Amino acid sequence: MLKRPMAAVALVAALALGAAACGGTTKNSDSGDNGAAATSGKKADPNAPIKKNLKIAFLPKQVNNPYETIVDKAGIGAAAEYGGTAKEVGPSDASASSQISYLNTLIQQRQDAILIAANDPNAVCGPLKQAMSRKIAVVSYDSDAAKECRDVFINQASSEEIGRSEIKVISDMLGGKGEIAILSATANATNQNTWIKFMKDELKKPEYAGLKLVKVAYGDDDDQKSFQQTQGLMQAYPDLKGIIAPTTVGIAAAARYISGSKYKGKVEVSGLGTPNQMRKFVKDGTVQKFELWNPGDLGYLASYAAAALASGQITGAQGEKFKAGRLGERTIGADGEVILGPPTVFDKDNIDNFHF
Amino acid sequence: MAPEAPVQPTSSAAVPRRATRLVRWDVIVTALLIVVFVGGALGTPDFATGDNLSFALDDLCEIALIALPMTLLVVAGEVDLSVASVLGMSSALLGALWDAGWAIEMIVPLLIVVGVVTGLVNGLLVTRLGLPSLAVTIGTLTLYRGLAYVVLGTKAVAQFPQNYADLATKTVPGTPIPYPFALFIVAAVLTAIVLHATGAGRAIFAIGAQEEAAFFAGIRVKRIKLLLFVLSGVVSAFAGVIYTLRYGSARADNGLGLELAVIAAVLLGGVDFDGGRGTLGGVVAGVLLIGLLRNLLMLRDVATEIQSIVTGLLLIVSVLTPRIVAGVREARRHPRGSISASSP
Repeated sequence: MLKRPMAAVALVAALALGAAACGGTTKNSDSGDNGAAATSGKKADPNAPIKKNLKIAFLPKQVNNPYETIVDKAGIGAAAEYGGTAKEVGPSDASASSQISYLNTLIQQRQDAILIAANDPNAVCGPLKQAMSRKIAVVSYDSDAAKECRDVFINQASSEEIGRSEIKVISDMLGGKGEIAILSATANATNQNTWIKFMKDELKKPEYAGLKLVKVAYGDDDDQKSFQQTQGLMQAYPDLKGIIAPTTVGIAAAARYISGSKYKGKVEVSGLGTPNQMRKFVKDGTVQKFELWNPGDLGYLASYAAAALASGQITGAQGEKFKAGRLGERTIGADGEVILGPPTVFDKDNIDNFHF
Repeated sequence: MAPEAPVQPTSSAAVPRRATRLVRWDVIVTALLIVVFVGGALGTPDFATGDNLSFALDDLCEIALIALPMTLLVVAGEVDLSVASVLGMSSALLGALWDAGWAIEMIVPLLIVVGVVTGLVNGLLVTRLGLPSLAVTIGTLTLYRGLAYVVLGTKAVAQFPQNYADLATKTVPGTPIPYPFALFIVAAVLTAIVLHATGAGRAIFAIGAQEEAAFFAGIRVKRIKLLLFVLSGVVSAFAGVIYTLRYGSARADNGLGLELAVIAAVLLGGVDFDGGRGTLGGVVAGVLLIGLLRNLLMLRDVATEIQSIVTGLLLIVSVLTPRIVAGVREARRHPRGSISASSP
């Protein structure tokens, strides 16, 4: 069978040689300038002034994503406040590794700080460590990188705060009594399940004794399914007074069903949504209030954290404090996390100030 | 009655070939590459540093490696669109097996075997059933990516051993050349020798130019094509290993869309998509041009959209220019009506 094809022999030989060349270099990779995370020796000087003309760069999950654009624009605006220059660069797709070449470019450009919303916490790790070893401050926001690969993570909101405040909002709307249901995403969604856990815990407090959680339904973050689940909830629980949908898909679907049904004005819908998708329902009275963190503030805070790091005011250690412009003083928590704060509540009075 | 005699396919192929010799696209690409490099070095201070170049080369290495078998396939008149999915599947398997406690030294040979199998599936469907490779490999593109997700789902596996990760990212001591790119250089030299200096290479060109004629000339068309598909599978699977170690993250979606970058580089290098024509040197220049241009545009903070537009335009120009040049030369050589006069 293997008489004629010289091609086979040559090509296989090429391959074997290639593989051998690779195998031969296995154990003797010596040159090592890849310093591990260089944070250990640094000391924070809380009184250091913010350096002038800091160069910082935002690397979002992808460019042209409306949410990330708001975050980054606010961060760039904040840089102008402290006399730095900031820019947003990034890939057009949110795949795991497309951020790497941008990271390397930013290192070459010797930015003072890199702010990243990581598409993959580990894939970005190598270049981020390299950046840190070259005294570039690394801040992750929106989506964290592996802990050892960044100085600080700006977390939009703590799960506990989100869960507890959801109950407070619906209780305010219902006057503290009535049957409520939760319309979640999928049954195993990590975020939602954590929030629901804190909602249930919050409901145990005496001030919410009048509220009764009758059902947790799952719309799978699918518009159609969430719509049908809302319909089903109303039929199964005719006395239902409120629905909490801690997912942007679910809240929009629930509001759409209620606004076109006889339950409009009798059943309250709340949860997590974006002002653009909920504006219509707030204006027609279906939804009084809903929540979400303010993405602009997220970028603003991240920008100030980057400046504080690059100026040596903080190193990312727990307990360090820094000033974040109009957001006031912030403290770094466990694992280098800074929490943005309680989510923003949107209603008909303020919704027109937000466009995302 | 038109007096024109039918033009022989051989003579019509011979004329543009001779005519374009002076303005060969692979020469133009090489010139462009030099212009981009010198322009970048003069105009952008951070460009021609060892650091930046070694990173730019490392960033290219999977595309460059896969471009080698792809060149052979396209010259032979075929194409393999499943390469990025094979890369993804290899990455997913590497992650899953590593997670399950296998040693890297065991996993890599297994992945090579997987690469052989993926290539055999493509190659047998094309050569035994006579299906067009474009259709077959669009199918396996989806199939192999699907298998990658079956293997690893949407999770990511990280924490690969440092010595192997170093191998994928560190440079050969004293040079700005990363190890994977050094591997590419060796493989490229070998491929160039096979393609341009052996009977096997001539057979590949013959198959791409005139498959039937090649067959009657005694060339084992099907076997050679099958081998090329297997080679493509193997290299893609190995590129999956490099990719995974380089990013330190095994995922089923690794390398998504990479096949287009590979084919773009091959076409930019002046390989005729209809087969039968092209040089490996042109492809190497094409790969480097795409990589360095992208790196340069990024360093200059050019928006992603503009980067895509520049690459796209360059590609169209690369496909168009040789044809226009050939057309102009031919028109000049054979003014209207003279074809009949010169025909025997």
